[in-house]
Amino acid sequence: MATAAAAVEVPQAPSGVWSWITTTDHKRIGILYGVTAFFFFLVGGLEALIIRAQLGSPDNTLVSAETYNQLFTMHGTTMVFLAIMPLSAAFFNFIIPLQIGARDVAFPRLNAFSYWVFLLGGLFMNASFFIGAAPNGGWFGYANLTSLQYSPGLNIDFWVLGLQILGIASIAAGVNFLITLVNMRAPGMTMMRLPVFSWMALITQFLIVTAFPVITVALVFLMFDRTFGTTFFNVAAGGNVLLWQHLFWLFGHPEVYILILPPMGMVSDIIPTFSRKPLFGYAVVVYSGLLIAILGWGVWAHHMFSVGMGPIADAVFSSTTMLIAIPTGVKIFNWIATMWGGRVRLETPMLFAVGFIAMFILGGLSGVMHSSAAADLQQTDTYFVIAHIHYVLYGGAIQGIFAGIYYWWPKVTGWKLNEGLGKAHFWISLVGMNIAFFPMHAIGLLGMPRRIYTYDTALGVDQMNMVSTIGAFIVGLSALVFLVNVWYSRRTATPAGANPWGAPTLEWSMSSPPPVYNFAVLPEVNSRVPLWSGMEPMPETPPEPIHVPDGSYWPLVAALGIVILATGALLKGLFITLGGAAVLVVGIYAWAFEPFEV
Amino acid sequence: MRLPAGIVAALLALVLPACTGEYPQSTLHPTADFGYEIDALYQTIFWWAVGVFIVVEAALIFTVIKFRDRPDADDPKPVHGNTVLEMAWTLAPAIVLIFIAIPTIQTIMRSTGEMDEGSLEVEVIGHQWWWEYRYPSLGVVTANEMHVPQGRRVSLRMSSADVIHSFWAPKLGGKRDVMPGRTTRIAFTPDSVGTFMGQCAEFCGESHANMRLRVVVDGPADFDAWVTRQSQAAAPADSLTDLERAGLEAFLQVRQPANHSCIACHAVEGVAAGVLGPNLTHVASRQTIAAGILPMDVDGLTRWLRDPIAEKPGSLMPDIDLSDDEISALVAYLMSLR
Repeated sequence: MATAAAAVEVPQAPSGVWSWITTTDHKRIGILYGVTAFFFFLVGGLEALIIRAQLGSPDNTLVSAETYNQLFTMHGTTMVFLAIMPLSAAFFNFIIPLQIGARDVAFPRLNAFSYWVFLLGGLFMNASFFIGAAPNGGWFGYANLTSLQYSPGLNIDFWVLGLQILGIASIAAGVNFLITLVNMRAPGMTMMRLPVFSWMALITQFLIVTAFPVITVALVFLMFDRTFGTTFFNVAAGGNVLLWQHLFWLFGHPEVYILILPPMGMVSDIIPTFSRKPLFGYAVVVYSGLLIAILGWGVWAHHMFSVGMGPIADAVFSSTTMLIAIPTGVKIFNWIATMWGGRVRLETPMLFAVGFIAMFILGGLSGVMHSSAAADLQQTDTYFVIAHIHYVLYGGAIQGIFAGIYYWWPKVTGWKLNEGLGKAHFWISLVGMNIAFFPMHAIGLLGMPRRIYTYDTALGVDQMNMVSTIGAFIVGLSALVFLVNVWYSRRTATPAGANPWGAPTLEWSMSSPPPVYNFAVLPEVNSRVPLWSGMEPMPETPPEPIHVPDGSYWPLVAALGIVILATGALLKGLFITLGGAAVLVVGIYAWAFEPFEV
Repeated sequence: MRLPAGIVAALLALVLPACTGEYPQSTLHPTADFGYEIDALYQTIFWWAVGVFIVVEAALIFTVIKFRDRPDADDPKPVHGNTVLEMAWTLAPAIVLIFIAIPTIQTIMRSTGEMDEGSLEVEVIGHQWWWEYRYPSLGVVTANEMHVPQGRRVSLRMSSADVIHSFWAPKLGGKRDVMPGRTTRIAFTPDSVGTFMGQCAEFCGESHANMRLRVVVDGPADFDAWVTRQSQAAAPADSLTDLERAGLEAFLQVRQPANHSCIACHAVEGVAAGVLGPNLTHVASRQTIAAGILPMDVDGLTRWLRDPIAEKPGSLMPDIDLSDDEISALVAYLMSLR
């Protein structure tokens, strides 16, 4: 039976492996990012469990010193660059275009390129395990331990080249999302109507495109020192080992905000939905995010209080670091004020959001303790810092990301995750993380340094370490509960509908999962909370034909070229390097000239 | 009951720094001015943090419970903000931070580690993975165990022979990195006699965990006696027993094909002048060997000589395939170096 709608050509999502390899659809790329990053999250978690098993008792011999050093280096590197950052990128991909009323990101093929470079870079870095030469210089890779003289193996080369590859992915994605957020907002979606997640994503992209060049420079110096015998970090030849620390932390501190601002954005969108109240102090929350990012550039040397920079520098960096506590506190107060007077529904996404606030308060307060340069002389490089970063990055970033996963899951798949299993996941994770990480405060204050594969029973911290190890395995169990939840919920899936949580933002206006073209008609936005302001639901079928971007495999070819090039640099093989460069050039050339309409 | 005891210990360690227990590297039980300064500052910040923690967590939990969705609840009013409240909770943390920043900056200015008149200067040189200590004013060179006099200001002038290390004896005070190409300083005045444990706090390669140290605080008379003994040359060869003399010969022997010898790296005053490894002139006067991982006794020395890399992974002292007879002779000789 022919209807009027049938005359309109409605694009359908193609299927099959090839359609995923050539995809330029931001939603599919988001799913690819999410699945890949979650895989690396599990790998990093497994590394953590081996670390904790080793530290469960003193003088343990489960792993060797060398293996332990590789494990803690890769745990940090993996969680920062291969898990938390790309998990946030999964949300940027899937959610930003839907939140701002766009059909895709600004450069769909560049987006695919970012993903493939990230995937291949992550595999490149982890391939080092198979030849027993995983990076072993710490995720911070301090010079001059990483010089050829003190680290002659391929370990550090894997790390340097792997991070350079991942940096390309991050910067390409950063530019793409910046332009998307600035240029592709729907009519009426002014900056001050932007959902807070998109705002924090925008700030994060600014940090990525400004901070990553700094570590790129540092890594180039290190690569040249190791490969061509330059002397940036060679003290005997007039180099300076502190140059690395300044460059690394000048990147490394903004990086902390690259990790935490996106989850702060997620929580800022989730709390209003589950309180049935708009965000309290929207403008203040946005500006405090901006302020955190700006101040984040002026605090890097608080990672270096023990190097002896002198009392003036120590005092200045202490003060700037303390200032960051103010906008951070303001965000927390505004989240609480959003719930105040609301109707707070403690479904799983909201549980994780509240858990995020509760644990982030603790991580933030131990951060204030570190900001005091003099006090930090007893805390830095001890387990106290490990406690701090895990309250911020697990209690904060990971719990925030899980809040986001439970919240947007029905939008991505069309069905909700099971509430009972979700709540079990939350409580096991919360209890486990506190058993794992809280004792570390005491372990550090009682004198156990970090990055040691063995410790003396005389320190008196055996029992606390065992408690912490048990907690870590409980955290591991919670991740299993999540995987079971995905499996179980998929079997019992029932359609969730367009807006299962009664949320106010644009991404909930179309069916779940969203059609390939996102919006049947581009929305006209007239409010910060359009779906609470009487916005019409999207029509089932578009009233006129919509063109969606074609697929392309050239981004994957270009990404392969980069990894072949890096492999050549790793093995010092000129022909492999040139071959990789050729594949890269062909990939980019063909990409530039293939017929492609957006 | 093991596990709850661990949690309780963790909690107690945080809130009751005075509660004792055998924590030889505790930052909460200082025994020198540098340590007291930091501990006092930490206590100030800690109690502010506890206060803020209680207030904010209580506000969070109270809000979640009080405004939990109930079937009879009214729809919330769409409040968008409140300028007075925003200003209040911007100013409140700012005021708390002032109370933390002022003592912080005061403590920073008081603990710069500058050398004072009359202080005892000790030169600290970090190596992978051991510590070298030189007393320029006393002519003493030793390793891993630093002796200092009670009640006198000690000023450490530190640098590294290879990669970055960090000198940390928690009961005496904070840590300071020990770097190649730079000189860093800390200073402290120990007020209690005793042996204080510490270890390297900056990741410095494979055996970072095995780079431990001790600071022995002696009473003034004991310290002078220690200096006198350390200043003496090794006992002459003709005063050694036969076994010890066999050990000395093994010590001096150069082994083929790899040209290995003890004296290429180790010094014994009047016997050998190697500089790459610890000075052994008075090695038997120390409590431990191999940077604190083995006891200084026949058993510890035997284990170390038999396979140094098994005891300390990555150790630059190679396994040179000594026979059991050579090992027992060397051990006897080293035990004579008091």
